[in-house]
Amino acid sequence: MRSKFQIADRVMESRLIFGTGGFTSLKALEDSLIESGAELVTVAMRRVDTNARGSVLDVIERAHCDVLPNTAGCYTAKDAVVTAELAREALETSWVKLEVIGDDKTLLPDGSELLVAARKLVDLGFTVLPYTSDDPVLAKRLEDAGCAAVMPLGSPIGSGAGIRNPYNISLIVEQSSVPVVLDAGIGTASDATIAMELGCDAVLVASSVARARDPVSMARAIKLAVESGRLAYEAGRIPKRLYASPSSPAEGLAELS
Amino acid sequence: MKVIVNGEEKVLREGETLEGLISSLLKDHRGVAAAVDGEVVPRDRWGASRLNEGQTVEVVTAVQGG
Repeated sequence: MRSKFQIADRVMESRLIFGTGGFTSLKALEDSLIESGAELVTVAMRRVDTNARGSVLDVIERAHCDVLPNTAGCYTAKDAVVTAELAREALETSWVKLEVIGDDKTLLPDGSELLVAARKLVDLGFTVLPYTSDDPVLAKRLEDAGCAAVMPLGSPIGSGAGIRNPYNISLIVEQSSVPVVLDAGIGTASDATIAMELGCDAVLVASSVARARDPVSMARAIKLAVESGRLAYEAGRIPKRLYASPSSPAEGLAELS
Repeated sequence: MKVIVNGEEKVLREGETLEGLISSLLKDHRGVAAAVDGEVVPRDRWGASRLNEGQTVEVVTAVQGG
């Protein structure tokens, strides 16, 4: 029996958190979401579109998932806090994926604004899941601020570049007493497996599924990859060596010449 | 009176409430939140929240993202 995954008081069977951005249709989103087996699903908050047909919320409800609103698009702590408050009001959840972006080319987090926003939102009673850089010191500060998890990036959002600094992710895993969710940068299944083998508690994906040629199959591939990676992590990998270590016995070898 | 609603100027009757404005935009208020001049107004106060000339109103909901 694999261990379960828990953030705050929410226990989940699935270690895959699903981002809904980038799907070309709600149908593609729904099919992929169901295939992924995810239980926690992100959304963004935007101005209402009075002509919109169907809602991402209906998809999430039909899939029996919980919604995790984000603060994507916010560049200041103040905007992120108001966006989180709007999300809490609209969606009746105090959970928030906190994003405070510092640069529009890389979409890398603004560490100082992120920490200010995290502290404020924790004070306001939110369950805060910050999207952060792979800096172990910042991750520690966020944990100390009372965040319910830390979500370091593997590489920039939507880049599909995988995990650029696995050593930093390992340091974050080692030091953290809250769950570590690898967020951003996953390009394909093997990236998710590596995240889990490094000891991350979960992986958050969006673009890698949404922009795959076949999103439903990629959702399944990444679901299995997360499970494989977790199993391998719990099983314990062998150490890497420079030289060979024979796997067949040296004794009893026939004398042939 | 004029107010800015989601970035566009709108002419509303004097004394219009936030509730009245949102009802004119949307039939279904599920999953919707509003802020006036950058402050979130809880749903149970929409009816009592009278809008004033020049105010900025944001009405948001969940969309696909991140």
